[in-house]
Amino acid sequence: MRLDDLINHTGEWLKGTGPYAHIVTSSRVRLARNLSSFPFPNKCSKKELDEVLETIDKAVSQIDLLKDCANLHISDLDSVDRQFLVERHLMSHDHASNPEGKGLVLSKEEILSVMINEEDHFRIQVMQSGLNLTETWKIINALDDALSSKLGYAFYPEWGFLTACPTNTGTAMRGSVMLHLPALVMTKQINKVLTAISKLSFASRGFYGEGTQASGNFYQISNQVSLGHSEEDIIQNINGLIKQIIEQEEQARQALQLQNRPMLEDKICRSYGLLKHAHIISSQETIELLSMVRLGIDMGILSDVSHKTINQLFLMIQPAHLQKIEGKKLNAFERDTKRASLIRQKLGG
Amino acid sequence: MQCDICGKKKATVHLTEIVDQQMSEMHLCEECARQKSVQMEQQFGLADLLAGLADMGSKTGTTTNKEAAAAAKTAALTCAKCNLSYDDFRKFGRLGCGHCYISFKEQLDALLKKIHGSNHHLGKMIAKTKKTVALPKNKKDDLSTLRQDLQEAIHSEDFEKAALIRDKIRDLEKKDK
Ligand SMILES: [Zn+2]
Ligand SMILES: [Zn+2]
Repeated sequence: MRLDDLINHTGEWLKGTGPYAHIVTSSRVRLARNLSSFPFPNKCSKKELDEVLETIDKAVSQIDLLKDCANLHISDLDSVDRQFLVERHLMSHDHASNPEGKGLVLSKEEILSVMINEEDHFRIQVMQSGLNLTETWKIINALDDALSSKLGYAFYPEWGFLTACPTNTGTAMRGSVMLHLPALVMTKQINKVLTAISKLSFASRGFYGEGTQASGNFYQISNQVSLGHSEEDIIQNINGLIKQIIEQEEQARQALQLQNRPMLEDKICRSYGLLKHAHIISSQETIELLSMVRLGIDMGILSDVSHKTINQLFLMIQPAHLQKIEGKKLNAFERDTKRASLIRQKLGG
Repeated sequence: MQCDICGKKKATVHLTEIVDQQMSEMHLCEECARQKSVQMEQQFGLADLLAGLADMGSKTGTTTNKEAAAAAKTAALTCAKCNLSYDDFRKFGRLGCGHCYISFKEQLDALLKKIHGSNHHLGKMIAKTKKTVALPKNKKDDLSTLRQDLQEAIHSEDFEKAALIRDKIRDLEKKDK
């Protein structure tokens, strides 16, 4: 598999299907694991990092579930390729910015990825479209079982999986759900909802592009507690919370509609018009407009554009994506024009 | 709108952060946001927690010499395997190796409880339990159990396990002194 092949695809997790896809874009489960025979990456010498990478690469190559995966060493990639993988949510910013001794295993459909030598020796991530944590957990659990049969994990029965940061100790699992909540934002209820979430020990953050881009009404909700509950319980808790948020968002959408449908239609159709006809556009503006268009699809106001196209655009309008599509480095102004022409082409403007 | 951090560039990134149930909004330029997101991941409440724990005991009125000595002793604790000091862990929030969990057991026990509301794993276990060693349950009667375990491990030629137990015995003996 070549990295460039990814450009023409949208990750499986962005196909815009699955339960509650009108509000939930994707579900993700991440497990952190460390080998018992090495210090954690922050205490590894360069030589030890290479040994860890080699050990994990070898285990990965022996596992059926990971047979068709690409196995990348981050130091072999140029800066645009690294940024490209970050923009696709396949690895963290931190992983990209200190490439020494780091690796990434990546499945073709971008459902799963393994970051090697990030904060922990490795972190497995599985993503699915829609609200699908249970299924996501099943996949990642099977993969973890396969890997643990090849690798000696740092693990104590009392404390579970040992991680570099004690906030991850225990299950070392983080389940995250990305939600699009424009109506809660427009009706100014979002702060109330986020405050309630934090009281229940869940983390939420305005989200798009791992904190480096504007939010566009996207919020990522994940568990903060990883010790003292089973993985299944944690997932059930997140699911319960997410369903309540979905209900609130749906009510807010109803309220918007009843209150002033013409104003809502105007806002959505103007956003669509701008995207279809602009010639210079920033990523910030694009994300805000795409958010409105997405809401327009959900509410039956726009019918000639699909979730899939919009999801794809959210990815493709990012800087490294534009540069990979164009095949060369672009400055900010060039990106703004390229972005606009790409959107016009995709939306048939 | 200007960036909240550098105050120079235009803010294009809008983050919501919730700390201690207080929500705050931040408006940042792309560059500052990138730095902030790395920091945020690292700090995410942990620095506060660690500081809070470090202060426990000394906060209640006057600090006795004994308490101060105990605090100094804790700060000077060092992991026998990776050489990380407890003081450095408190500063950077990262442990250095699996053995740190044994070296700083007492401190981590309280910390984990504070972070997670529990210090007992209820999630999945790994198949190869042979590779893992039970943590000492309480300090006093553990040495004898551990020594027994050590004999058993040596007897069954499980030297990896034996080495782990040996380290733990050393740690405990050190603490008792
Ligand atoms: Zn700034
Ligand atoms: Zn250590």
